[in-house]
Amino acid sequence: MTKRGRSIRVPVLARVEGEGALEIDIAGNRITRLDLRIYEPPRLFEKFLEGRSYLEVPDMVARICGICPVAYQMSAVAAIEDAFGFTPGPELRAWRRLLYCGEWIESHALHIHLLAAPDVLGFESVLDMAQAWPEVVERGLRLQALGNRILAVLGGRSVHPVSVRPGGFSRLPGPEALDPLQEACRAALETARDLVAWTASLDLPRETQDFPCVALRHPHEYPMNEGRIAATTGLEIPVSEFEAHFEEYQVPHSTALHSRLAGRSYLVGPLARLNLNRDRLPPPVAEALAATGIAFPSHNSHFSIVARAVEIFLALSEAVRILDDPPPAAPALARPLQPRAAEGFGCTEAPRGILYHRYRFDADGRVQAARITPPTSQNQARMEEDARLALERFGLDRPDEELRRYAERVIRNYDPCISCATHFLRLKVNRR
Amino acid sequence: MKPKVAVHKFASCDGCQLALLNAGPDLLALAERVDFVHFAEAGIVAPEAEADIALVEGSVSTPEEAARIRTVRERSRYLVTIGACATAGGLQALRNGADAGAWVAGVYAHPEWIEISPRALPVAEFVKVDHELRGCPVSTRQVLALFHDLLRGVAPRPVESSVCLACKRAGHACVTVTQGEPCLGPVTQDGCGALCPGRGRGCYGCYGPAATVNAEGLIRHWTAQGMDKDAVRRRFRFITPEAPAFRTAAEEGGE
Repeated sequence: MTKRGRSIRVPVLARVEGEGALEIDIAGNRITRLDLRIYEPPRLFEKFLEGRSYLEVPDMVARICGICPVAYQMSAVAAIEDAFGFTPGPELRAWRRLLYCGEWIESHALHIHLLAAPDVLGFESVLDMAQAWPEVVERGLRLQALGNRILAVLGGRSVHPVSVRPGGFSRLPGPEALDPLQEACRAALETARDLVAWTASLDLPRETQDFPCVALRHPHEYPMNEGRIAATTGLEIPVSEFEAHFEEYQVPHSTALHSRLAGRSYLVGPLARLNLNRDRLPPPVAEALAATGIAFPSHNSHFSIVARAVEIFLALSEAVRILDDPPPAAPALARPLQPRAAEGFGCTEAPRGILYHRYRFDADGRVQAARITPPTSQNQARMEEDARLALERFGLDRPDEELRRYAERVIRNYDPCISCATHFLRLKVNRR
Repeated sequence: MKPKVAVHKFASCDGCQLALLNAGPDLLALAERVDFVHFAEAGIVAPEAEADIALVEGSVSTPEEAARIRTVRERSRYLVTIGACATAGGLQALRNGADAGAWVAGVYAHPEWIEISPRALPVAEFVKVDHELRGCPVSTRQVLALFHDLLRGVAPRPVESSVCLACKRAGHACVTVTQGEPCLGPVTQDGCGALCPGRGRGCYGCYGPAATVNAEGLIRHWTAQGMDKDAVRRRFRFITPEAPAFRTAAEEGGE
């Protein structure tokens, strides 16, 4: 380090899910090291899943993340059903999509208002922000509560819902719960549209970078539960080929594995999804997006907050569409699957991006091997690259405190869920 | 002066803190009555701050966490563990008994970069705990009720009834009798209001063992229904592996 060398340490990253830290070394006008240090202890899920029945898997993997348990349940049932040769019918697909809409609304509303907005508006926490911006906070909490309500109506509770089983739901609600839910969702559509406009009106830094985006792509839906894995590089593959194209590797400063595509860091999550799937938005949502005046595809991570708002509006519109004419419950109820010795793959769009599961089962349906790749692990390398480039452009001669705040803000654009990211291990390691 | 509250996180999924972050207007109202001195996920970071009430989420699973929980205890007047991880190890305690070192070495390219204790344990194994809230996750209702009591100087009361009793009160059809589902309701502490039986499936024990547990009777029933020993063991060794009554049942039932 030169005489002018200095280091910035953020020992505990605030307003992220889980435990992370940031370490930056600066020499003159260059960053010589930028580590997003993830020290959340590994919980070794992939190992203790071994020997468990496929029926236990959705309840277990939900515990990887309290903020996006449905994502884990959805990718798990997709992989289990793939292994056992079960294809969900249209009713089950619709009910699962409705459940997922609840999680997207809850998770995105929480991030926009409780985690991200304090950065933009200059507060330490939502508790301070609520004094100055009561109607903004109130709107956010209302949308978050509505997302949670969808989850609770379908799953019994919003964190670790209980009705998702391989092959279908254990039970589904009747009109006494669905009718008021439909009314509440319909009444919130305008609120969601306003939220899109509000996020676009915020003073967001113009910081464009070059990186590939990765998301699911479905023939006619905005992707949630199914699709092929697509990238802005032109890649488009079935879920079962994920591991052939995406490489995981370990770095010393993180208990979560990093990921790369053809040697490069890449982005998953709302901004990547929107960049790849704008043509799948229903017209009112596409109009709300166009009205922001922001050019998409966008390669500015600060616009992630706008992408999240667009996806709240999308998820709410989808929830209304499904609830306006709820499909019959009976065909969506869980039925016994026929376990067999097989491998299955599942990939769904968690609020933070693609979540990949692979399981190998024995003939009795017991897990022999599991592999889970969460979105935040995949975004780690991109987050570090983004923060490095953004800080250098921001100006390294600024005071440490300003640099620290800006770096944290860039990291938060990714809504990192560190609890998710660290609970995974590579299944096989070849040592020489 | 408002009481100082700290929310600490150890090995967990963050789901129990959501009881606060999902509380909406109730969270803002609570913030009027208490002073959050540490709550990293909400944006307030002062892990070493002194607190009148400390909520602890997560199990203790690394040497660093073992040292940190002692510091938290020293700086907290009243310490409440929240959730299955903090009170009973959580799912990650399923590694206890396995060779965790070998697991790490078998799966990380560089196991020397990973620091992990052989076992993930409940907080009470390390420090005195003043009160515990069970559940996976704890609910907003439980956490608000806790503050309601503590802010009035009332000692919060432990839960004594079981999921099975709550299920009867709710008027659900018994899933064991009508569907032959293996249900942990008779031996599990209430707190969810019999959520799973209400959704047509057996209880899987999120709230840990009830005050009185007749595991032997339940195991006898399951065995008569044709459940094998490994399935019995897995049923008790699930969300709360380090809860003594369930640990014993898993050991005895799985033999």
